[in-house]
Amino acid sequence: MTRKITFMKAINEAMDQSMERDERVILLGEDIAGGATIEHLGNEGAWGGVFGVTKGLVEKYGRERVIDTPISEMGYMGAAVGAAATGLRPVPELMFNDFIGFCFDTLLAQGSKMRYMFGGKARIPLTVRTCHGAGASAAAQHSGSYYGLLGSIPGIKVVVPSNAYDAKGLLNAAIEDDNIVMFFEDKTLYGIKEEVPEEYYTVEIGKAKVKKTGTDLTIVTIGKMLYVALEVAEKLETDGVNVEVIDLVTVAPWDQETIINSVKKTGRLIIIDEANPHNNTATDISSVVADKGFDYLDGPIKCICAPNTPVPFASNLEKLYIPNADKVFDLAHELIADLKKS
Amino acid sequence: MSKLDKKNAAWIYEKMNDIRNFEDEVHRIFTSGEIPGFVHLYAGEEAVATGVCAHLTDADYITSTHRGHGHCIAKGCDLNGMMAEIFGKETGLCKGKGGSMHIADIDKGMLGANGMVGGGFPIAVGAGLRNKYLKTDNVVVCFFGDGAANEGTFHEGINLAAIWKLPVIFVCENNLFAEATPQSYSSASKTIAQRGIAYDIPGVSVDGMDLKEVYKTAGEAIDRARKGDGPTIIECLTYRKYGHFEGDEQKYKAKEGLEKERADLDCIQLFREEAIASKLLTKEQADGIEANSVKAIAKAIQFAQESPIPRPEALYEDVYAD
Repeated sequence: MTRKITFMKAINEAMDQSMERDERVILLGEDIAGGATIEHLGNEGAWGGVFGVTKGLVEKYGRERVIDTPISEMGYMGAAVGAAATGLRPVPELMFNDFIGFCFDTLLAQGSKMRYMFGGKARIPLTVRTCHGAGASAAAQHSGSYYGLLGSIPGIKVVVPSNAYDAKGLLNAAIEDDNIVMFFEDKTLYGIKEEVPEEYYTVEIGKAKVKKTGTDLTIVTIGKMLYVALEVAEKLETDGVNVEVIDLVTVAPWDQETIINSVKKTGRLIIIDEANPHNNTATDISSVVADKGFDYLDGPIKCICAPNTPVPFASNLEKLYIPNADKVFDLAHELIADLKKS
Repeated sequence: MSKLDKKNAAWIYEKMNDIRNFEDEVHRIFTSGEIPGFVHLYAGEEAVATGVCAHLTDADYITSTHRGHGHCIAKGCDLNGMMAEIFGKETGLCKGKGGSMHIADIDKGMLGANGMVGGGFPIAVGAGLRNKYLKTDNVVVCFFGDGAANEGTFHEGINLAAIWKLPVIFVCENNLFAEATPQSYSSASKTIAQRGIAYDIPGVSVDGMDLKEVYKTAGEAIDRARKGDGPTIIECLTYRKYGHFEGDEQKYKAKEGLEKERADLDCIQLFREEAIASKLLTKEQADGIEANSVKAIAKAIQFAQESPIPRPEALYEDVYAD
């Protein structure tokens, strides 16, 4: 099973296998096939999604299940909620997470609340795929990271995979889940190639993953920030500092147990989150650990986030915007100063 | 389309009375302070909900509005469960956690009253997509007010239903006012029905006070939808007996002209006279339905009053499905 495929292909494969397993799974989105009603194309897609993530699926499952929508986010996202409430398992694609404003009501006030408002009668098995992240020169309206915004809404689960294996397993798990799951794909990860099993499998939603064990400092990451943490951990290792790196995997509901257990051991915590710095996942983790893990802490909790600005276009500025290893390294040094003295 | 016969006339007359009595009683009890929160009453518009829902089965879906009690009753929701819900009791249709604006019963095809004006359009489209995808001949009725017609969801929802030829009937209850603002001010188009032209679908305007007219027009549109011929907009000109919400002084309502004409009409009384004249109902039968309805609502109130409030733990339940 040493087959290597891209992050993008892993996501595509999850949709493919989920559709094969369950006829109730349908895909909706803007140009997820492309070329609807164009006679010479028939069941052949023109695009397969703006990045090509859904490529090949319309050819296999037809336009009844891979549905091109007009550019009409509140219409088709709301329709996906309605179809989920009445028994289908729709997987709509929101082309960029920055477009959430157009369809926010359908998730914030409708889908996420139905089960509760209706006294437990409704099930909303809906998986919304969307992409996020800076680093592609896509500027302010196509580069944000809004998983924390969605993760603050009761009734919605939010996952942010950092690698191809998790992406496939989490997407399968999301489609099996009877709740709204927001699935965030970092567009700058689409090309990474990794070993991914061919068979169907799931990765548990709500469970963080310890990617490297350590005793001196815990670094919690979301999505591709994992790679920043691993780089820092490697550098610090040469200084004799032993870092534990935790990939959060699920932003809502996030895994308190794994993180608090790690802080119990290390006494020091850094959280790296590409979202803007206020009211985000990092600040939430920080607040919970400060509360429940206060006695274990040997120093302040540090959050390393994007600045409180939109994502800039110019490449040099965009590079400054994204949390990087240098920033984390400097902060880590401050945190472990006492350790080095002793 | 099923013709208006003795059987469904009796059903319609019963539901019309249930809605009116339910709402008049909720109005009375709300004023006494026993019902908390926001309540928007449907009284006056009974011909629309009943004339449309008379054509539906439990396998057909509806989406509703903040003014949803009438749609719930016409779709067959349990009166006791509805009243208990409005009282915030554990025996409510939504265990007391939804309240007046969120009464729902998916088993009955009732996809929820909706506190967001215009929130129902895309949800109805999704249910319609589901019906088409599963190759059923079931339909979805999306009830909405003249106010919701100016939300973006109106456009996106109806456009999707039209391009995908979905079995969705968009029924506008034009009661002249969106909250305290007249429809004539809010909408650039004179009627809501004429907007059908923009989506290349039929748009029909009917007298929403005339049960027979609503019944006939809805029946035709529902038949079209069941056959796979796509959506229709039906605009029912109607009038709400009470304010936008309970406590609304209704300063905006004129005491003459069109509004007085509408205010003076009572769709239930009109249907009673017409049904008796055309021998769809006997006078005795109509009297009997009225008396039974009063009893049923009294029973629902007693049920609600005697029901327990929700357990404290219920606060945390049903956020996620297991």
